[in-house]
Amino acid sequence: MIKAILIFNNHGKPRLIRFYQYFAEEMQQQIIRETFHLVSKRDDNVCNFLEGGSLIGGSDYKLIYRHYATLYFVFCVDSSESELGILDLIQGGLSAAPARAVSAVKNMNLPEIPRNINIGDLNIKVPSLSPF
Amino acid sequence: MALKIVKGSIDRMFDKNLQDLVRGIRNHKEDEAKYISTCIDEIKQELKQDNIAVKANAVCKLTYLQMLGYDVSWAAFNIVEVMSSSKFTYKRIGYLAASQCFHESTDVIMLTTNQIRKDLSSPNQYDTGVALTGLSCFVTPDLARDLANDIMTLMSHTKPYIRKKAVLIMYKVFLKYPESLRPAFPRLKEKLEDPDPGVQSAAVNVICELARRNPKNYLSLAPLFFKLMTSSTNNWVLIKIIKLFGALTPLEPRLGKKLIEPLTNLIHSTSAMSLLYECVNTVIAVLISLSSGMPNHSASIQLCVQKLRILIEDSDQNLKYLGLLAMSKILKTHPKSVQSHKDLILQCLDDKDESIRLRALDLLYGMVSKKNLMEIVKKLMLHVDKAEGTTYRDELLTKIIDICSQSNYQYITNFEWYISILVELTRLEGTRHGQLIASQMLDVAIRVKAIRVFAVAQMATLLDNAHLMTGNVQRKGICEVLYAAAWICGEFSEHLENPMQTLEAMLRPKVATLPGHIQAVYVQNAAKLFATVLKNQEGNTDGTAAQETSQLMIDRLPLFVQSANLEVQERASCILQLVKYIQKLQQKDVEVAEEVIALFAGELNPVAPKAQKKVPVPEGLNLDAWINEPPSESESEDEQPKAIFAKEEPKHSRARHTEVDEKELAKRREVRKQEQANNPFYIKASPSSQKVYQEAPGVEHIPVVQIDLSVPLKVPGLPMSDQYVKLEEERRQKERVEKKKKEKKKRKEKRSGRGKKHDSGPESEEDITPAHMVDIVTEEMPENALPSDDDDKDPNDPHKALDIDLDKPLADSEKKLPVRSHRAAEALKSPAEDAEAESPASQEPKKKSSKEKREKKKDKDGDRKKSKDEKKKKKHKREEKGEDLLGGQADEPVVQSEETREVAAPPASNAAEEKEAAPLAAAEAAPVPETASGPAPDSEPDEPKDTEPEETKSSKHKKKKQKKEKEEKEKKKKKKHHHHHHHSDGGGEESVQNGTVEEEEPLPPMSNYCLLAENSYIKMENDIQGNLQDGSQVVVSIIFENKCDNFLKSMEFNVLDSLNSKLQRPEGSGPHDGLTVPFQLPPGVSNEARFVFTVQSIVMSQKLKGTLTFIEKSEDSSTHEKLDFKLHFTCSSYLITTPCYSDAFAKLLESGDLKCSSVKLEGVNMPFHHLLARICFHHHFSVVERVDSCASMYSRSIQGHHVCLLVKTSAQTVTIDAKCDEPTLLGNVLDEIKQTFSQC
Repeated sequence: MIKAILIFNNHGKPRLIRFYQYFAEEMQQQIIRETFHLVSKRDDNVCNFLEGGSLIGGSDYKLIYRHYATLYFVFCVDSSESELGILDLIQGGLSAAPARAVSAVKNMNLPEIPRNINIGDLNIKVPSLSPF
Repeated sequence: MALKIVKGSIDRMFDKNLQDLVRGIRNHKEDEAKYISTCIDEIKQELKQDNIAVKANAVCKLTYLQMLGYDVSWAAFNIVEVMSSSKFTYKRIGYLAASQCFHESTDVIMLTTNQIRKDLSSPNQYDTGVALTGLSCFVTPDLARDLANDIMTLMSHTKPYIRKKAVLIMYKVFLKYPESLRPAFPRLKEKLEDPDPGVQSAAVNVICELARRNPKNYLSLAPLFFKLMTSSTNNWVLIKIIKLFGALTPLEPRLGKKLIEPLTNLIHSTSAMSLLYECVNTVIAVLISLSSGMPNHSASIQLCVQKLRILIEDSDQNLKYLGLLAMSKILKTHPKSVQSHKDLILQCLDDKDESIRLRALDLLYGMVSKKNLMEIVKKLMLHVDKAEGTTYRDELLTKIIDICSQSNYQYITNFEWYISILVELTRLEGTRHGQLIASQMLDVAIRVKAIRVFAVAQMATLLDNAHLMTGNVQRKGICEVLYAAAWICGEFSEHLENPMQTLEAMLRPKVATLPGHIQAVYVQNAAKLFATVLKNQEGNTDGTAAQETSQLMIDRLPLFVQSANLEVQERASCILQLVKYIQKLQQKDVEVAEEVIALFAGELNPVAPKAQKKVPVPEGLNLDAWINEPPSESESEDEQPKAIFAKEEPKHSRARHTEVDEKELAKRREVRKQEQANNPFYIKASPSSQKVYQEAPGVEHIPVVQIDLSVPLKVPGLPMSDQYVKLEEERRQKERVEKKKKEKKKRKEKRSGRGKKHDSGPESEEDITPAHMVDIVTEEMPENALPSDDDDKDPNDPHKALDIDLDKPLADSEKKLPVRSHRAAEALKSPAEDAEAESPASQEPKKKSSKEKREKKKDKDGDRKKSKDEKKKKKHKREEKGEDLLGGQADEPVVQSEETREVAAPPASNAAEEKEAAPLAAAEAAPVPETASGPAPDSEPDEPKDTEPEETKSSKHKKKKQKKEKEEKEKKKKKKHHHHHHHSDGGGEESVQNGTVEEEEPLPPMSNYCLLAENSYIKMENDIQGNLQDGSQVVVSIIFENKCDNFLKSMEFNVLDSLNSKLQRPEGSGPHDGLTVPFQLPPGVSNEARFVFTVQSIVMSQKLKGTLTFIEKSEDSSTHEKLDFKLHFTCSSYLITTPCYSDAFAKLLESGDLKCSSVKLEGVNMPFHHLLARICFHHHFSVVERVDSCASMYSRSIQGHHVCLLVKTSAQTVTIDAKCDEPTLLGNVLDEIKQTFSQC
């Protein structure tokens, strides 16, 4: 199950944040900061998995991320997800989404984002992506 | 479109839209917070306007701000407003905002129920979709309960888009409302074979997610999944299924065998790395579950390892990482296959990627052997030096210690080497693991006797150089090591070469900068050292030296006496006074050394950390008594010191010199064993320690290296472990070549008089003999230690409640279960409400406040809809009615849940399965049909921990195990138990109880719902329950079932009031107005409504005439119809199942206030417990006590009359003697009981 999808830029500014489990706002921001901290210091040529941050979940959780240009796409998932599957999802679902979507993310034009990243609508094959 | 823009633009001209906001934030980089706060002010203004477009825009901006971390919960109500907009574009904004910031404690959520229900049934699939999506994020138990039925209907929607979403959201509903799982499951299962692949994979996902947590309940789905696995081409679905199989195989090894082949085929055929990886993972899981006695699967292991090697060798870091991850799983069961790839893994240690290095480290843990430990650790030490980030270095450090200390230092052949590794590790800057190193030092020094001389020397050096550690602030963590060093030096001071020097080192003023707990150890051990020094000095010199030593102590200790740390202060002043006294004695030339030494005589032995916890409670031992009876406790305490200090029993002191010969030992062991056997409180050593000991004689033949000669002990700061590696190599070399020298060494060793009588570790498979024979024992554990796995389960895990047997066929009643309006809500809480019955006072205020809250909400709700007056009126009215009913129910504590009765009303076809459910329901008034299944082993649910003791207790007490009684007992306990629990636990706990009554003889199905009236359109069944908290109220639950093919709507329920009984109507309505039934009935659907009646006298039964009017709406016409009925209020319906303890019951009978009456039933041929169950069920009694064929029962009326029964049976004749403070009531109740049994 996907616990959260975080998209932030190279400075850790949130661009799209979606938690599928409730966290208070401060906690969310803390998670974003922690995640950014973990992710940002990694080289581009290292693996894309991180043992879960201490804030979300615990040992069962993993951060799976990709870095495109100025944006980090981070998925926080538990052990029932396929790591490689999620990577494909990020790649296929987000980078191959209509160019508009990505530009939308970059422009932070929020109302556009849900429509374009609403994976159910895009018909990406990963079912568990629906907002749980 | 254009028109809309024009229309909106007038309002929006001055407002920022989201884009402007974002742009604005970007342009105010330096004063962002200020800018945003002005924006929020603007938004607040916008939210005050009536225009929904403006509001939506404002909410949209708020959503963005929420993402940036601003609390927007104050706008929750506005979000609800936007959600309820009829325009999709606004609605979507509203739902998005809600899904981002609503959560369970958002109070406005309860206002959304109807809105969401409306959206769910909207003809526009996107409205439905957006509602489902939003709901998934903020579904609460209430929403789940209220909407479960609607969502379930959507699972069969014509549009796959909706079906898919509905299937997925069911998972969230299950989590919040576990009762819905069983009824919904058949439909969910159907969806596994949905024509649409999206829906299918959604179903697979939901079931996989459920099965992951409670796999055993889903084993029966294995064939279906197997079919899917072999037929599906969708990799996503395959991955999920394969992962699921990974969770199922440990429970069903046969499944594993079947899986190997198709999985192997997939591994060979698939090109998708993700799928390949998951296949390998599951094969590994299968092999682990089969690991015993399945040699012919080595091919599969080989295949996996080989594929993993390919992954690890891949240039893609991700594959490398996953390969290592999977490899570590194989390692657990098939270490040999992994060990052959050591080269590859060591290579990964050099990888630039930290995650990969960490994975490789994990693997190393399992790959070490006696042969390669030193080599591997040497490599790791190199990495430690190189590692720049502290986290990775700390990780390395812990790994080194883990690797070395694993399975009781099994792989360490040379402890001097290990100690020097530990000493080297103390030189790390800024590590957090000083404590870990310290505990290792202590552990080794205590448990490996042979190493003490060496360890003490090393520790003395450490103490000497303590300033290296204390000087730097960064090194704070590492100074923990000094704690160990000081203790070791003090405790084993007899081995110190120069105790005086160490004593001085320990009393340096600089020590005062150390943390308090370390100083305390310093002070204490300085005293030990002092004792040793005195002893040495008194032997050699005239006594001036000894006096100087005392003077040193007296000079230095005041520093510690001034310490702010209490522990240090206390110890220091104690010791200071002692030394002063000693000095006085010395001045009188008294020899004191022996006595001072005696202060610290004896050895401290380590006990396994969990040993105490694991001592099982001996049979028949009352824990309370144990605490209150000090003799038993002190006995056990006396026992151990005696063993340790007086007898020198080797089995129990790991760290003591044993200077007795074998024979003597054996004799003592015998005596000792006997003693232990007679002492129930004795903590026995685990068998392994005994075994280890018995190997001891072999020790004589093992050579031991002379250590002190070759090791430069006194050079601080110089890495020495490398030398040991060399030494060790040499040693092994020597061993192999020179046999003679061995003997010589042995003799030499013997002469030196140490290190010869220690237990040996397990013999190395590689024929490498340890340099030191180590007194290593597995940690002491009491016999029959209780397994501790149970304590790592999270009691708050929501999945626990979902541990529900799904294989059992659904009873018809269960099918009805979710087909409920929100009124079901209250009923489901009944277990909790039962509990509250016992403490109504404490619960009262809470309930009231929640009621008030609700009312407030409602008002708000009302205000909001000012504009839509018509609609509001209607709605409001309905709400108000609901409110009354809700309120009424909230106040009634022992309302039997409707499920209960439903459960109890299964048609005969299902009787077999449901037999158990009925009596339970009767006794419990709780919704537990699911788990009441019979002997299926799967159905035994995970027991919530806290109920366990009660369970066992009760079963202990009841040797006879008479079902009814037991149930009752448990019920009572449970009720008590509920005080401490939230009702959400209810489901799980009930199932526990069910699990315990499995073997009992099944009871026939029973139902309290009796037919009220019926015609060709509609059927009404009713049940009547008293309300304990309001002595004048009874609640009538009526199930309406639509029997025709058309919609039934506008149902109105009316009753002709009598003088005694009145239907409660909302305020302002006349005494003859009907009540609107708060739902419509689609064809074939049934639903339940509740009506509250006030009664004055409850001693007589009575009948009320009533009418139900409704409209049958067909496609082209609608007809008004009516149905007359007679409501029968029996006296039993005024009784409330109330638990009563036997002592209270006895008091009640003795009090003499009660009038007596009795009745005799002839020709009753049913088992006694059936009889009791019937009385319990139909007449709301509870069993107080039961002895053979005699039982006492108790119940209470809503007005507080006590009714006591004594039921006796002999040969088809049942005598019921009854007592009650109200004879008329009693007479009527007895008549009713008689009637019940005459009917059957």
